[in-house]
Amino acid sequence: MADVIVGVVVFPGSNCDHDTEYAVASFEGVKPVMLWHNDHDLQGAQAIILPGGFSYGDYLRAGSIARFSPIMQEVIEFARKGFPVLGICNGFQVLLESGLLEGALSRNRDKKFLCCQTNITPLNTSTIFTSKYNKDEVLSIPIAHGEGNYFAPPEVIESLEEHDQIVFKYTDAFGQVTDEANPNGSLNNIAGIINRQGNVLGLMPHPERASEQLLGSLDGRPLLESLFKHIAGA
Amino acid sequence: MPYTAKIKVTLRQSILDVQGKAVEHALKNLGYGTVESARIGKYIEVTINEQDFQQAERIANEISQKLLSNPVMENYSIELEQVN
Repeated sequence: MADVIVGVVVFPGSNCDHDTEYAVASFEGVKPVMLWHNDHDLQGAQAIILPGGFSYGDYLRAGSIARFSPIMQEVIEFARKGFPVLGICNGFQVLLESGLLEGALSRNRDKKFLCCQTNITPLNTSTIFTSKYNKDEVLSIPIAHGEGNYFAPPEVIESLEEHDQIVFKYTDAFGQVTDEANPNGSLNNIAGIINRQGNVLGLMPHPERASEQLLGSLDGRPLLESLFKHIAGA
Repeated sequence: MPYTAKIKVTLRQSILDVQGKAVEHALKNLGYGTVESARIGKYIEVTINEQDFQQAERIANEISQKLLSNPVMENYSIELEQVN
């Protein structure tokens, strides 16, 4: 059977691109290809991952300049056709700036850059990214960001809730949505959302940093596995 | 002819401005008791070479909406003047 090909976009300033490549390559039958920001060729990728980092130095606003890079024009087209796109951390910021997802991420409420383990709980396990999770199981996945404070106008939040598009929330160790468990001030503890069509997911926590026992958690693996199984089975 | 667009981008009032808050606290710590608040925004100066004022204004608005500000959480204002 042919390998599943997964494109990992490399912007100037991406710094989780190789971690993501490494995590993707650890799955049998899955082959990562690196996609340079200045190219237009998606190299036959069946899914695209926008990795974490500081694309274009986070100048102006995180993700705002990356959104207009040549490769992103192809990624936006790819997403509009219904193919899977996953944005992690800075990748999530790029997806919001692109308009592929709704809302915005502003500065963490306590002003700090946060680099720590967080608990998140999947609320929707019927997406192509979360089918390998059990609903309400608490996952330990790290975050590393200065601008992860999710915001959207009330009517957007309402619509996200109504269509089950809030995929991950920050919770305590028991899966409770509390203010103490909210690291950055995100509205309603939102950690990750999906688009209405269900093919574009963005989240602030880093599943690739929780994909090997040595890293202290394997809880990010099922996310990648869900996606790869979906593609292989499609 | 060249026009200078002086564009100010500010966070909407409903968005918590953590940088502004930090500055506000620092000013209060310095003893400026009459300081009530501080908000931080961005100032961007763009030179636009267009035929007339209306065209330059159109471009200034377009780039403010498209790239310079994020309408979900920011407002912008433009001051446009001809460069002699």
